[in-house]
Amino acid sequence: MSLASTITHPPEPEIHASHDVHEHPFYQKHHFETAEQQREAASFGMWLFLLTEIMFFGGLFFAYLLYRNWYYDAFVSASNSINMVMGLVNTIVLIGSSFTMAMAVWSAEVRNKKLLQIFLLATVVLGFAFLGIKSGEYYDKFAEHHVPGASFDIHDFVHPQPGTDEKALSVDMANKTQIFFSLYFAMTGVHALHMIIGIAILIGLLWYSRSGIYTEGYVQPIENFGLYWHFVDIVWIFLFPLLYLINRH
Amino acid sequence: MSDQVKTNNNLKPVDADQGNLDMHDAPNVMNPEHVAHHIVSPTVYLMIFGVLMVGTALTAGMAYVPLGAFNAPVAIAIACTKAVFVVLFFMHVKYSSKLVKLTVSAGFFTFLVLCMMSLLDYVSRAWGRW
Repeated sequence: MSLASTITHPPEPEIHASHDVHEHPFYQKHHFETAEQQREAASFGMWLFLLTEIMFFGGLFFAYLLYRNWYYDAFVSASNSINMVMGLVNTIVLIGSSFTMAMAVWSAEVRNKKLLQIFLLATVVLGFAFLGIKSGEYYDKFAEHHVPGASFDIHDFVHPQPGTDEKALSVDMANKTQIFFSLYFAMTGVHALHMIIGIAILIGLLWYSRSGIYTEGYVQPIENFGLYWHFVDIVWIFLFPLLYLINRH
Repeated sequence: MSDQVKTNNNLKPVDADQGNLDMHDAPNVMNPEHVAHHIVSPTVYLMIFGVLMVGTALTAGMAYVPLGAFNAPVAIAIACTKAVFVVLFFMHVKYSSKLVKLTVSAGFFTFLVLCMMSLLDYVSRAWGRW
């Protein structure tokens, strides 16, 4: 039938069998032809959201790149003043939580509710551990007056502790460490915000997993949340060397 | 769809690409967006976790080796490698459809383009006065 005749003589609407007859999984929405199409659409949509996140964090990374080149000495001194061991432990904790999240997705795929709940809970615990260590770091920065603003003190950078081979900065350059700390708090803060949101969603998933919906074929919510969690992990994989390890030797 | 109850024991039938046949929608197999659903095994996840741990140790270790101007590129290279492993395996992109693969690569590529264009601007403003 040509296009023109389709318009002038629309075909009779097809009468579909009722949904009681037509078999499809319980989680399939009516506007999808197949569960597979629904799954593909959900992954695609999640990735589009993550692309906006790349652009969001990307702006901060770009600002970091520029200022690091302009005020390299300030960035080195400021970077050396943050606790590298805490950062390293946090990296291990976060990659560990990514692993438990990946295992949670696997548990949902093989329909094991008990394992799914264990791995989701492990991810929550590791997420809190990360935030706890992060708060410790923030506490140190506040105690040392390294938080940009009115109470910021350049003393540590103009007169480094004797005995360390830290370079003494000029007053002008020492003030530029505030730019590093602004970026440090902005990037790790926004990253931590993502984790707080993530943990809230995780607790929600844990709650709803009791009904067993995620372990009867409806893997998509778990899988999409996994994508989000792994993305947050990737951001940290870049933040750790860029913020903590500029010039440690 | 069969009425058989699916448990982790009978999710076995797989196609040549280890795609799980229970997850196939028979009417959709000829669809261009069709991709065999692949369940990544815990062994693979554990291996990737190991790779990421080695990468983390390597980043931390290399930071204490004086390489001059090369410290930063080495750190970035290790971070990118780790990120690629996370994207491909933890985020299943290796086993995803072409649409998802294209979406992911287009996103990172666009980010690089934006960085390049912004850098060109900053570098060229004070041309010769660096």
